[in-house]
Amino acid sequence: MSRLIQAARIVLAVLREIFDEAAYARFLRRAQIESSSAAYAEFCREREASHARRPRCC
Amino acid sequence: MNRTRSVFVWAAVALLGAGAVAVIAMRRGEPLNAMWLVVAATCCYALGYRFYSKFVAAKILALDALRATPAERLENGRDFLVTNKWVVFGHHFAAIAGPGPLVGPVLAAQFGYLPGTLWVLGGAVFAGCVQDFVILLFSVRRDGKSLTEMAKEEIGRVGGFVAYAAVIAILVILLAVCALIVVNALKDSPWGTFTIAMTIPIALLMGLYLRRIRPGKVLEVSVIGFILVLLAIWGGRWASLNPTVADIFTLRAPSLAILVVIYGFAASALPVWLLLAPRDYLSTFVKLGTIGLLAVGIVAMHPTLHMPALTRFTDGTGPVFAGKIFPFAFITIACGAISGFHSLISSGTTPKLIARETETRFVGYGAMMAESAVAVMAIIAACVLQPGVYFAINSPAGIVGQTAAAATTTVSSWGFPVTAADMQALAHAVGEQTLFNRTGGAPAFAVGMAHIFSQSLGGETMMALWYHFAVMFEALFILTVLDAGTRVARFMIQDAFGHIYAPLGRTSWYPSILATSGLIVGAWGYFLWQGVKDPLGGINSLWPLFGIANQLLATVALCVATTIIIKLHRTRYAAVTLIPLIWLVAVTFTASWHKVFDPDPRVGFLAQAHALAAGPATAATARLIFNNRLDAAVTAILVLMVALVLIESIRQWMGVLSGTRDARVKETPFVMTRLAEGEV
Repeated sequence: MSRLIQAARIVLAVLREIFDEAAYARFLRRAQIESSSAAYAEFCREREASHARRPRCC
Repeated sequence: MNRTRSVFVWAAVALLGAGAVAVIAMRRGEPLNAMWLVVAATCCYALGYRFYSKFVAAKILALDALRATPAERLENGRDFLVTNKWVVFGHHFAAIAGPGPLVGPVLAAQFGYLPGTLWVLGGAVFAGCVQDFVILLFSVRRDGKSLTEMAKEEIGRVGGFVAYAAVIAILVILLAVCALIVVNALKDSPWGTFTIAMTIPIALLMGLYLRRIRPGKVLEVSVIGFILVLLAIWGGRWASLNPTVADIFTLRAPSLAILVVIYGFAASALPVWLLLAPRDYLSTFVKLGTIGLLAVGIVAMHPTLHMPALTRFTDGTGPVFAGKIFPFAFITIACGAISGFHSLISSGTTPKLIARETETRFVGYGAMMAESAVAVMAIIAACVLQPGVYFAINSPAGIVGQTAAAATTTVSSWGFPVTAADMQALAHAVGEQTLFNRTGGAPAFAVGMAHIFSQSLGGETMMALWYHFAVMFEALFILTVLDAGTRVARFMIQDAFGHIYAPLGRTSWYPSILATSGLIVGAWGYFLWQGVKDPLGGINSLWPLFGIANQLLATVALCVATTIIIKLHRTRYAAVTLIPLIWLVAVTFTASWHKVFDPDPRVGFLAQAHALAAGPATAATARLIFNNRLDAAVTAILVLMVALVLIESIRQWMGVLSGTRDARVKETPFVMTRLAEGEV
């Protein structure tokens, strides 16, 4: 059972990373701010600069 | 597991794998169950990972768990970040899995299921996985440097320049091919076009939800977006049956091409947060879910393959694309076996997330195995179709004829019986007006996938929904590749132009954004238009061009890897990258030669231009002649550039081996890790 829970945690962690939720949480921690529309807008601006340059495979 | 037991288990895996491959290779004249492919693939990947990747890791790369990675040394919470290996694996796989492993194997199925299967399994284990693994590790040891930077440092300026030019060329051709696949999948399909059109307001809603209602809750909004997309697919049936709405969404290929070009330009020039980022999330969500669903569907349904092991088209006369099995099967399937584009991902984001060197094996080698498994699924999806149906869908009107009767007569004359009534019934079952002349691979894959799913979930009555689900899935993530790729190419051009005139390098300066977006969209838009107007369907010329460009980039990546291995004084093991390199040189250079100089007008660009010039002149003749000459020139330039890198690399190897050149590699000096064992 504990292995199943651990596997589920890993899957959730992978999904949170792929879908940028983990990056947003890190951004909030780094900037020491609460989640809000303005905070998310700032995160998106920061993310766009690095994300948009990432190659995506065929 | 004790040693005896381990030997016994791995011997059993090897025997099972060899048996499955033998059945796949030997079976003739009767249908084959898809589970043989699944078993063969599972065993090959298990053996490749357990033994070959371990050998590469130990003997060549000497992975060192004590050496601090850039993620640890340069951690900044943004690009550089110590990350759990499963998370990096998922991230890396999501980045490398695009439409390539789905489309290429479907097209190559015209040779039968055998060539594609053997190339996907052997190519991945001995070439593709190795390339991704070694490039990832070498990038980790260079603070996450890109392939172009490594090529410049280890081979010389020529290597760096060619890698850069090859990336731009690949992007342009890739984007054109992607756009052409979408156009061919959606033309004259009100259901499909309606569904894809609906993803735009759905993405806008998601963007607003993320900004205004629940900031940052991406998984949550992706689930909502996915439910809305399913509703859009369901609504597509209504759209296709309502004459007024169907009329609006029934578009010819040229109209769709213009819309895709406008979309690409807008995607490149406008801010991403409102439309593109949510679409990207939605596409990733659908992509990962559908690949998982397809894997479960294949294992649960274990369908029968109706395509023979080898078809008569191994002689080069295939209708899907012209050219013999060697070299064309090996450039048609790139992403499932080896793809140069992966080397950009392996030297992009991923090396900045790796916590320990030892994890590069799992992430680099392992994720490519997963990508290869997707290609095996695509082969199965294409080969479950009756061969007559497969060829009727994938053959251009220029080959089989304009009418249903002509097309079915031609396909049946090849020994693959199919009737107009069969095709009409199939089109009706999937909610389309016709399935003839749907080149590009995506519709054939969608029909195969719908066939597999409908066997278990909903039966024939659900066939239309499954087909449009598959079309939506492919079109959605191909469009995501299109908009992301256009932006990446725009940034690369801006970086280069910035050296000539500084303001052009500023990514926020609108004149530069508009000019470079126009340049890149104009470039792929031109090739798209060429494909749409091509009487042979476009795929015949554009997919091989893309395959050649992609494999040439892999050639550059393997040149870099071999150079570093020789500089590390591990020449006795250099064959690990040198043999795939020699194979790719043989494949790409032969394919390029055929595409430029082959006397058959269906294969050689120049021969086709010559045939057009000698035939009756029409309004389009001059343009078609120019396009063929342009394609020939692009192919020749790419090959010449890669030949230069190859010559430069060989000079490096000779110099290092003879002691006349500096053998030092440009690695970051060793720093002891501070991560405790088991941490991360």
